Amino acid sequence: MSEVTMPRLSDTMEEGELARWMKNVGDRVEKGDVLAEIETDKATMDLEVFESGVLEKQLVKEGTMVPIGQAVAVIGDGSSTGDEEPEAEEPAPKTEDEPEEDATAEPGAEAASTEPAETEPAEAEQAAGDKPRMSPLARKLARDNDIDLASVTGTGPEGRIIRADIESAIEAKGRDEEGEKPAEAQPAATAEDTEPEVVPLNKIRKMTARRLTESQAVPHFFLTNIVEVDRLIALRGNVNEGLADQGIKVSLNDFIIKAAAIALRLHPEANASWNGDSILRHRRVNVGVAVATDAGLLVPVVTDADRKSLSEIGAEVVELAGRARDGKLSLDQMSGGTFSVSNLGMFGIDEFTAMINPPEASILAVGAASPVPVLRDGELVEVSKLKLTLTVDHRVMDGATAAAFLRDLKDILEQPLRILV
Amino acid sequence: MSEELRVITYRQALNETLRAELEHDENVFLIGEEIGIFEGSYKITAGLLEDFGPKRVVDTPISEEGFVGAAIGAAMLGLRPVVEIMTLNFSLVAIDQIVNHAAKMHAMFGQQVKVPMVIRFPGGGGQQLAATHSQNLEVWYAHIPGLKVLAPSTPAEAKSMLTAAIRDDDPVIFLENLALYNVKGEVPDGEQVAEIGRAAVIKPGSDLTVVSYSRGMVTALKVAEEFEQKGVSVEVVDLRSLRPLDRETICESVRKTSRAVVFEDDMLSYGIGAEVSATIGEGAFDWLDAPVRRVAASEVPLPYAKPLELAAMPDAVDLTRVVQETLDATRFTN
Repeated sequence: MSEVTMPRLSDTMEEGELARWMKNVGDRVEKGDVLAEIETDKATMDLEVFESGVLEKQLVKEGTMVPIGQAVAVIGDGSSTGDEEPEAEEPAPKTEDEPEEDATAEPGAEAASTEPAETEPAEAEQAAGDKPRMSPLARKLARDNDIDLASVTGTGPEGRIIRADIESAIEAKGRDEEGEKPAEAQPAATAEDTEPEVVPLNKIRKMTARRLTESQAVPHFFLTNIVEVDRLIALRGNVNEGLADQGIKVSLNDFIIKAAAIALRLHPEANASWNGDSILRHRRVNVGVAVATDAGLLVPVVTDADRKSLSEIGAEVVELAGRARDGKLSLDQMSGGTFSVSNLGMFGIDEFTAMINPPEASILAVGAASPVPVLRDGELVEVSKLKLTLTVDHRVMDGATAAAFLRDLKDILEQPLRILV
Repeated sequence: MSEELRVITYRQALNETLRAELEHDENVFLIGEEIGIFEGSYKITAGLLEDFGPKRVVDTPISEEGFVGAAIGAAMLGLRPVVEIMTLNFSLVAIDQIVNHAAKMHAMFGQQVKVPMVIRFPGGGGQQLAATHSQNLEVWYAHIPGLKVLAPSTPAEAKSMLTAAIRDDDPVIFLENLALYNVKGEVPDGEQVAEIGRAAVIKPGSDLTVVSYSRGMVTALKVAEEFEQKGVSVEVVDLRSLRPLDRETICESVRKTSRAVVFEDDMLSYGIGAEVSATIGEGAFDWLDAPVRRVAASEVPLPYAKPLELAAMPDAVDLTRVVQETLDATRFTN
């Protein structure tokens, strides 16, 4: 008996709709036969059979969206055909790296001295309907702690939700509710306590891992530029001094956000993103700002940054960063970015490369401003410089395009009055 | 009363207990094949004929149905017979007496009679005695209301449980095991009377429960200690009494550990493990994080050839594997 799973039919496909079954339960199927039609984000494609046999179960109804890797049908010798209702919705998908054999291998098969293969009573299977498998303990823990099982991925045998999964969910929920408070300081490791501590992933960590893994697939290149920032620093000093009585305080990073927004307005080809088979040039300039929180990296977005004043941007960044640290950002406040700025200057980092936040086409990594000796008119003078490194999606922009954008950004920062007018 | 501990064998504990009970109650007598002059096939009754005489230690013809029936009659009239059947396998020719008479009398005759008797026999394989002499049929008797079935695993339990069995007013099947007779253990001096129907947590633990009894306990404890070295805290429950079954102790343990494996010498199908597993399903369902697994004998007539006999019997390797699989199924980390 083998399961037929939702295949990856295109690069960008994450799930597919089982559009039409081409074989009925009980039908004999041969290798190469078309079992069903799958509608992906791009096209309708055939799901072919890789193993001959009898179609024993259709696990999903027509029209159901199915994540890649999740079983949609069972092909066997025909011995267990037909008594199952198709399930309207399926449990959490199996992890893709799980070998197929795992799904069917059962301990009892190998020796008479142990339990025979685990068999679900027919009643349980029907009653289970569209519910995921879970251990009784997991079910009780989820109920007692008000955990939504739909949000939990089972990591036990055959995707069973087990205690460990619910405990992770409880922990993640606790962090969400406590505004991502930092964990209590751990006592010093004892002699026996040498095993690594297992830190379950919270939602942010999971999302970060997924997005950045996607980001790795982006063909990208880096451009670095050194910017003189003496004037910028002086201007910021003037602004903050002059407007202190109005409670206005702006940071160097706010200037950079605004400068980037102005440069993006000048370079619409840089204010763009990859769209699979086209490039989207965005009409609004929305700049994401990377914020480190105890729970993980968040990128709230300053929308229409090119149209906002420096003080508006400054106030908005303070507000968004505060919400990020309190775990109170809305989805809206984290989406729609067309460009991002990541600044590690406060940690004294001279320069670094940032990873693209898909589907955005570029991200600016800002290092620390530091004094550098420069020979000017025959005299050695001290000049503050910082390094900007742009990571660029090569599918969206070529080197020359991106270089032009970065050059203009440098010019704006070096003549910072352009930021104000 | 002295509480000193002596290290003696399971065999010696049984012998001393029979002697003590013969002394304690003049109504107690022993009856069976070759238990007198020959001192028992496994020397459990050594020295007793000499000291207590032929009225208290009765040699019988090879007629299990006859001497079990005789013992039932004697018990109904107030004596306390302790019957030795040479092995569990031979109890099959007396099973009508045991199941239809000893177990039923008290209920069928309006509780006018009691049948205070003990039927002792060793069971189990591993001695190259071939299929008909190596069986674990304890579940046959554990199935029958009216009987009590005890299965001690240590010399100390052999002493306290045999004393309790002899003093109990119901017919008690007392299951010994050939492989346990030479096992040594600490036994307290003085009178020790076990409470019938109580299981015991022999080794406390928090991560997984292994339930076993009789010979299986030796393997269960060995495997538990090995897991302990690896940082897995295994609790070992000794059933001690197969009927009545101490369901609460089993469930209480599983409610703590959430994982359970039964290690049994009998067959998997309809075996002790099936009953324990169902008990856990009924009493600790919401605490289970993985299916209850059973490790039992292969379902074949036990072979005579040594390698095949060993392969067919459940052992430490089987138990270790199934415990590990159960831990893995719950992504156990320590």
